[in-house]
Amino acid sequence: MSVFGASIKRREDPALITGKGKYTDDLVRPGMCFAAIVRSPHAHARIMSIDTSEAATAPGVIAVFTGQDLVRGEAGGVVPTCWLLPNLVTPDHPILAKDLVRHVGDGVAVVVAENRYQAHDAAELVEVDYDPLDAVTDVVAALEPGAPQVHAEAEGNLAFDWDLGDKEKTEAAFSQAAHTVSVDLRNSRLIPHAVEPRGALAEWDDAKGELTVWVTSQNPHVHRLLMTLASIGLPEHKIRVIAPEVGGGFGSKIHHYPDEAIAAWCAMNTGRPVKWVATRSETNLTDAHGRDHASHAEMALDAEGRIIGLKVETKAAMGAYLSTFAPSVPTYLYGTLLSGQYDIPAIHVRTLGAFTHTTPVDAYRGAGRPEATFLIERIMDLGAAKMGLDPGDFRRKNFIAPDAFPYATQVALEYDSGNYGPALDRALEMVGYQALRDEQAERRKSGDGKLLGIGLSTFIEACGLAPSQVVGSLGAQAGLWESAKVRVHPTGTITVYSGSSGHGQGHETTFAQIVADRLAVDVDQVEVVQGDTREVQFGMGTYGSRSAAVGGSAISEAVDKVIAKGKKIAAHLLEASPDDIVFEDGAFHVQGVPAKTQAWGDVVLQAYLAHNYPDDLEPGLEETAFYNPANFTYPFGAHIAVVEIDRDTGHVELRQYACCDDVGNVINPMIVEGQVHGGLAQGIGQALWEEAVYDDYGQLLTGTLMDYALPRAHMLPSFDTDRTVTPCPHNPLGVKGVGEAGTIASPAAVTNAVVDALSTFGVEHLDMPLTSEKVWRAMNQSGNGQG
Amino acid sequence: MGHRIQIEVNGKRYEREVDARRLLVHFLREDLGLTGTNVGCETSLCGACTILVNGQSVKSCTQLAVQADGTSVTTIEGMADGQDLHPLQAAFRDNHGLQCGYCTPGMIMVAAGMLADNPAPTEQEIRQGLKGNVCRCTGYHNIVKSIADAAEQMNGKGGDS
Ligand code: FES
Ligand code: FES
Repeated sequence: MSVFGASIKRREDPALITGKGKYTDDLVRPGMCFAAIVRSPHAHARIMSIDTSEAATAPGVIAVFTGQDLVRGEAGGVVPTCWLLPNLVTPDHPILAKDLVRHVGDGVAVVVAENRYQAHDAAELVEVDYDPLDAVTDVVAALEPGAPQVHAEAEGNLAFDWDLGDKEKTEAAFSQAAHTVSVDLRNSRLIPHAVEPRGALAEWDDAKGELTVWVTSQNPHVHRLLMTLASIGLPEHKIRVIAPEVGGGFGSKIHHYPDEAIAAWCAMNTGRPVKWVATRSETNLTDAHGRDHASHAEMALDAEGRIIGLKVETKAAMGAYLSTFAPSVPTYLYGTLLSGQYDIPAIHVRTLGAFTHTTPVDAYRGAGRPEATFLIERIMDLGAAKMGLDPGDFRRKNFIAPDAFPYATQVALEYDSGNYGPALDRALEMVGYQALRDEQAERRKSGDGKLLGIGLSTFIEACGLAPSQVVGSLGAQAGLWESAKVRVHPTGTITVYSGSSGHGQGHETTFAQIVADRLAVDVDQVEVVQGDTREVQFGMGTYGSRSAAVGGSAISEAVDKVIAKGKKIAAHLLEASPDDIVFEDGAFHVQGVPAKTQAWGDVVLQAYLAHNYPDDLEPGLEETAFYNPANFTYPFGAHIAVVEIDRDTGHVELRQYACCDDVGNVINPMIVEGQVHGGLAQGIGQALWEEAVYDDYGQLLTGTLMDYALPRAHMLPSFDTDRTVTPCPHNPLGVKGVGEAGTIASPAAVTNAVVDALSTFGVEHLDMPLTSEKVWRAMNQSGNGQG
Repeated sequence: MGHRIQIEVNGKRYEREVDARRLLVHFLREDLGLTGTNVGCETSLCGACTILVNGQSVKSCTQLAVQADGTSVTTIEGMADGQDLHPLQAAFRDNHGLQCGYCTPGMIMVAAGMLADNPAPTEQEIRQGLKGNVCRCTGYHNIVKSIADAAEQMNGKGGDS
């Protein structure tokens, strides 16, 4: 069996299951000390004064810095946003606040001490005199007249006003509509909760003028670039950023936060290696949050139940500052997905981005696409109900036909491929759909047992981020290609240097599978290096389900170059033309003359000996590719949730969850299934339990794991997963990416199931999380259903 | 102000001076260099720091090092027998029970405690037994599978059936 497509065990595991993996907080450098950041307890306040004198003389304290004295020289000391929308208001985000604090957790000072206990002790002794001001934390309230202002330059707290699609055409469609449905919905604010807290260890080499920062990063080169451009100001070649083992990210470790820059400045100012690691409450206050939308959506239907128009207006919270990729999330990663799997001839979406006195909001697993899917899949159920159709039939009626690809949506994407019917059929079969509907009808008739609900979500995502020209035209201040270098050693073993930067996805295994498959070498002969700016040429990192589709394709292209060079060497040795050489089953042959062959190892060795070698060829066998994808990839699938609701308590139990995903070709099915499982848990978590809640003063009420309800093992079932395979037509591997599918599809599937169960109470929509209290109220306040 | 403690960790005896307030997890990680035990919350809520103290699973962020005086501690580093993985370690690898691996030492240690009490747990019992441990990567599906697999392996090998 080919190694591409095989569920081989992960090479990452032996270190991680024996406790030998080294995460940032496991690292120790000679003379290392610790930093603790003093954070604002107020959501909005003027800093009147900061007295560091007591802290400075506390036991073990080496230095205390404030926003006035941490950053030296001309260098920026700010963390910027990297995605610019037209007319975007971009207030500075200083790494330590100087005059005003704008959210609880905003850093105001930092204490460096010999150990972490002393640093935290002394941080308590820093006296900050605040003049508290009114705060606004709700995205809708923030845009209302008279709301407290987050930034003077952002009038009415408006960060941007963006739209996509054809407004007039959409209005015209609505004027033709036989039926319309509408919904107002919230997409709840979430905290990513990688189990490893964020951290950084910075070391300054004064003699060389070089800074090394180990950081919990999904994209070390991007961190380095932003340090050079904005937060540190050292030249790029004088900064080395290393992502050691990283304990999960889910988007939260993409962004350049003040904290790693603070650690770096502390190291440069004190001459000592400085480690900073967040406590869990600190991560909850400072890891970029996800989602937080308030939307109004309307759908127009013709008399047969075909969708003829969709309009959406969304208010999206940005939080107190614009985080690294924040402006892209509720715009280009959201509005572009609003056509879903459906042939919708007119769409218009407008998004207002609002500053609020809260933790910044940025990409969290799925980033924009779960919000779009939630909205479209909710309104699809309302459309089905309006037409009196089964939700599966209503979706099928509106699917883009399999022969319509490539399909240009009304919201700027060109879907390259798709075949939505078979995935839906398979998912329906997996749950035994008709039997479930019969059971539901039976229970409704008898009034016995728990309420049964079945929810569908047929979703699409655009991932494999992304074609550089496209994202550039949309405001990205970076190209979203990926790089790979394939170094073949003289003895034929291989080291791959990838610009992707995995943190649990198993790249070291799957990337080796790609190379082993192409070169027909044993997978154990291939090593994968990632996550270090000194070792790896450049890289955009791991997020947006891009590592296999973009990073893997880069590796494949570098392998192509290796083979092409190998052919030249083999041609010389075989006295044939390079054009006549084929590479098959790990050897170079003259086409049509199987006896004339050169083994892989002989060609490699000759590349390094160069004794018997073409005159015009450089020795060595090492190739680099920078792969720029031609399009996004478009994974899709059908997910079905089955829930039971206790009539007395409103408790929702997820009885079954089945999904059929199409992520294109699969490199390692075991890893792909694992990605789906994890994504599902996060999406189901949002649907049923998770929510970041602020009070009116801007205090985060869900600041610990006591109050923020993460999914735990006993709250979830095992999942039924399956796949259809529609390969991506435009990348060399035919892969599409799987990291986000589960999180994108499942909030809608679960919510649709709960609303389906409650439909006899007249419930048309409930916002997440679907807590017992919310469900109980829905059953007991509607008053027009069965008891 | 230091307190002298004697503690056996992974079969090795240590005698050390510690501050009264020093957490056991920091003692293990920083004083003994056993960084396999991870810290996810420091508040007893995530389970990443789970170890065995006298055979019982304990969250080492919620114990003081001085409380462990005189005890015998097993951490993830003490689970394998030389090159031979503990059946739980092997099962986590075989069943893809880990992704980023950060929760994994805690998961393996809590499972070790669980299987000591109940060598043949049902899926529901495994899920209940993992209540105190958070994993954000796997959705628990393959962790549950790994523990069930390990239980089977251990019972097959364990020899009293
Ligand atoms: S670190 Fe001990 S339970 Fe989280
Ligand atoms: S494997 Fe990453 S938290 Fe469990």
